[in-house]
Amino acid sequence: MTKSLIYSLAFHVSMILLTVLSLPFMIREPVDLPPIISVELIQISDKTNIPYAPKARKVIEKVKEKEKEKEKEKEKERVVSEQAPPSAKAKEKPDRIPLPKKQDEKKELVKKKQNPKEVKPEIRQASEFEKKEIIDTNQIAALIDKAKEESAEVEKIEKKLTQSSVKNSFAKGLTLSEEDALRAQIFGCWTVPLGLPYDVDLLVRIKLELKQDGTISKSEILDHERMNRPGQKFYKVLAESALRAVRICQPLRVPQTGYDKWKTIQLNFNPTEMLKG
Amino acid sequence: MKFFLYIFVVIFLKFNVAHSLIEVDITRGNLDPLPIAVSPLHVDVESEKYENIKIKELGILISSVIEKNFKSTGLFNPLNKDAFIQKPDIAHLKPRFEDWRLITAQALVTGKLLIKDNKLKVEFRLWDLAASQEMTALAFTTTPSNWRRVAHIISDKIYERLTGETGYFDTRIIYVSETGPKTQRVKKLAIMDQDGANTKYLTLGNELVLTPRFNPTNQLVTYMSYFRNLPRVYLLDIETGIQEVVGNFPGMTFAPRFSPDGKKIIMSFAKDGNSDIYTMDIETRLVEKITEDSSIDTSPSFSPDGKYICFNSDRSGLQQIYTMRADGSNVKRISFGNGIYGTPVWSPRGDLIAFTKMKSGKFYIGVMRSDGTGERLLTENYYQEAPSWSPNGRLLVFYRETKSGKDGTGFTAKLWSIDITGYNERELKTETDASDPSWSSLLSK
Repeated sequence: MTKSLIYSLAFHVSMILLTVLSLPFMIREPVDLPPIISVELIQISDKTNIPYAPKARKVIEKVKEKEKEKEKEKEKERVVSEQAPPSAKAKEKPDRIPLPKKQDEKKELVKKKQNPKEVKPEIRQASEFEKKEIIDTNQIAALIDKAKEESAEVEKIEKKLTQSSVKNSFAKGLTLSEEDALRAQIFGCWTVPLGLPYDVDLLVRIKLELKQDGTISKSEILDHERMNRPGQKFYKVLAESALRAVRICQPLRVPQTGYDKWKTIQLNFNPTEMLKG
Repeated sequence: MKFFLYIFVVIFLKFNVAHSLIEVDITRGNLDPLPIAVSPLHVDVESEKYENIKIKELGILISSVIEKNFKSTGLFNPLNKDAFIQKPDIAHLKPRFEDWRLITAQALVTGKLLIKDNKLKVEFRLWDLAASQEMTALAFTTTPSNWRRVAHIISDKIYERLTGETGYFDTRIIYVSETGPKTQRVKKLAIMDQDGANTKYLTLGNELVLTPRFNPTNQLVTYMSYFRNLPRVYLLDIETGIQEVVGNFPGMTFAPRFSPDGKKIIMSFAKDGNSDIYTMDIETRLVEKITEDSSIDTSPSFSPDGKYICFNSDRSGLQQIYTMRADGSNVKRISFGNGIYGTPVWSPRGDLIAFTKMKSGKFYIGVMRSDGTGERLLTENYYQEAPSWSPNGRLLVFYRETKSGKDGTGFTAKLWSIDITGYNERELKTETDASDPSWSSLLSK
C-alpha cells in the first residue's frame, strides 16, 4: 500500500516538474510594459515656407517639368479608359464661377480619376516660392479641385482633434510658421509683471483690428470690466502690460496676403506657466 | 422663398466669419527690466528755504532715490537722464510722448515739489508712454527732512502700479553690526533704510546681541542679549527707544520671533537638556509649551494666518523642517532632500518657506512650498544663513560670511538679498560687517 503510494507520489511529482520545466508559459516572466509617455498633438501646416536654394530650385523645376509631361501623357491615356462616377457632378457648388469650357473639361478629367496615386505629393508639399511658379491658368481647375480636397481633409482633422491648440490651426487663416512669427515678436515686447498671483485666472484677451501693414487701428480688452472689479488690481496691471506689448510691437508681423483673414485678430495673454516657473 | 434662402445663406456666412477669428495664445514674455524714465522733480519757484536742505537739488535727489530703488529690483531699467529731451516742468504738465518713446522708455515718472510753511509738498505722475496716458498721480505732504521717505513711498506706489505687487521700499532692515577681529567681535544692534541709508546703532556693544526680529505689525523689535552670560529676550520700540526685558529664561534660548498679529513671541529654549518650542503672550507674559518631544526643536516661525508653525527638528535623525498647527498638533515633516535644513521662515504671502540648507560642506538659501514640494535652491556659498522676507514676499535678505585665514584675517560678514526667482542677487551696503538681518513691514500702510 505504502509502496504504491510512494510510486504514485513520485510519478505525480515528476509529472509536475516536467510540466513546469518543459511548458514555457509556466516560467514566463510577467510582461514588462513600457512606461506611458504622454504625447502632445501638434498641428502641422501642409505647406512649408522654406524657400529652396537656387541650385535645388533649378533641379526641382526640371524634374517638375518632366513630371508634368509624364502626367499629361498618363492623363490622356487614362481618361479614355476611366468612367466618371455619377455623383461627381452633384458635388459641385452652384455658386462657383463658371470656368471656360476647356478648363471645365480638364477639371472633370481630374475629378474622374479613381487612382489616389495621381495626387502628386510634390505638388502638395510645394513651398510658397514654388507655388507662384506652379500656378498656371491652364491648371486653375485642377487647383480648385485640390482646394476642395484640402478643405475636406481639414474638416476631417478638425472633427477628430479635440485639443485646444486646434483653434490656432492654419485652418483659421495663419499657418503655424506665421503664427509663430507673430508670437515670437510679441514675446520680445511683453514684459510680464512678476507680482501676479499664479493660482488665479490670468487670461487677458485682446481683440485687435489691424491695418494691412500690421499697425493697430483699434485695440480692445475683451474682459475690460474685470479691471475695475475689487480685488482684481493685478488683472489691470496684466492687461495694461499686454496692451503695452502690442503697441510697442507694432507693426505686427503679419502675412503679406490674406488680409481679410487676419484683419481682426485675438491675442490671448496668459503668463500662468511662466510665473509658476 | 428664394429671398428667405438668400437671407439664410447670408446669416450663415456671417456666423461662419464671426467664428473664424484668428486667436493666438501668448504664454511667454520676457523678464527684461522695464525701461523707465524718471524725470527730475520740478522745484516750484515759490519754495522757501528750509534749514540745511538745498531746495534746488531736492528734485534731483528725490528722483535719484527713486531711480536707485528701481534699479535695485532688477525689474526696471532707469534710463540715463542725459537722454531726456523735455524739461521737468513741462513734462509734468503734459509729456510729449513721442519724445520719450524715442529713447525707448515705456513708462515715465514726473513730479514737482514745493516747500511752504515748513512743509514739503511732493506730487508725482506716472505715465504709460505706449498708451500715451496717465497711470496714476498722487501728492504727499511731510516735513522737508523726510524727503527720502517720500521718495521711497513714491517708489512703492509706482512699483505697485507697474507690477501688481506691494512695494517694499519704505521699509527698514535691522541687523547685528559686527566690528573687530573674528575672535573678539563687538556686536551692536543697528538699523537702516532698506537702501542702506540712515544707519543708526541701537545698542552700545557691551553685550552680545543676537537674532533681532521685527514685529510684522509695528516698529517693535525683539532680540536676544546676553546679560552676565545669561540669555534674555528683549523688546525694543524703535520709535521711542524704550526697551524692556520680556523674560529671563533658564538654559539656552533661541530665535525669538513675533506671531503675525504681533501679540505673541514664539521661541525655543532648552530645559533639562531638551529643546522645545514655546509661545509667550506679550501682554500677559503667559508661556505656553507647543512641542513635547525628546528631540531638539528650534527656529519656529508662524504662517501669515497664524494657524501653522514651521520649525526645525532632528526627530527623524538629521535636522529637517516640520510644520504643525499653532497648538502643536498634526506635526508633519516637509523636507526630505539630502543635507541638513535650518532656519525655516514662512513667507508673508504664505505660499513659500525659506530655509538654509547645508549639503556637502556648502550652504544654500532656498525656498519650498509650504507642503514641502517645489524645493528651489537660490544661492550657494561657503557660509550663509538666516533668510528674512521682504514684506511683499518677493525678496530674501540673509548674511554671508567669507572664509578667514588661520589668524582670523580676511573674515567678513555682509548682508545680501536675492529675488525668489533666484535672480538679482546683490550685496546690501552696510557701514560695518553685518549679520542676522530682519526686514520690517511697510512704514506707511
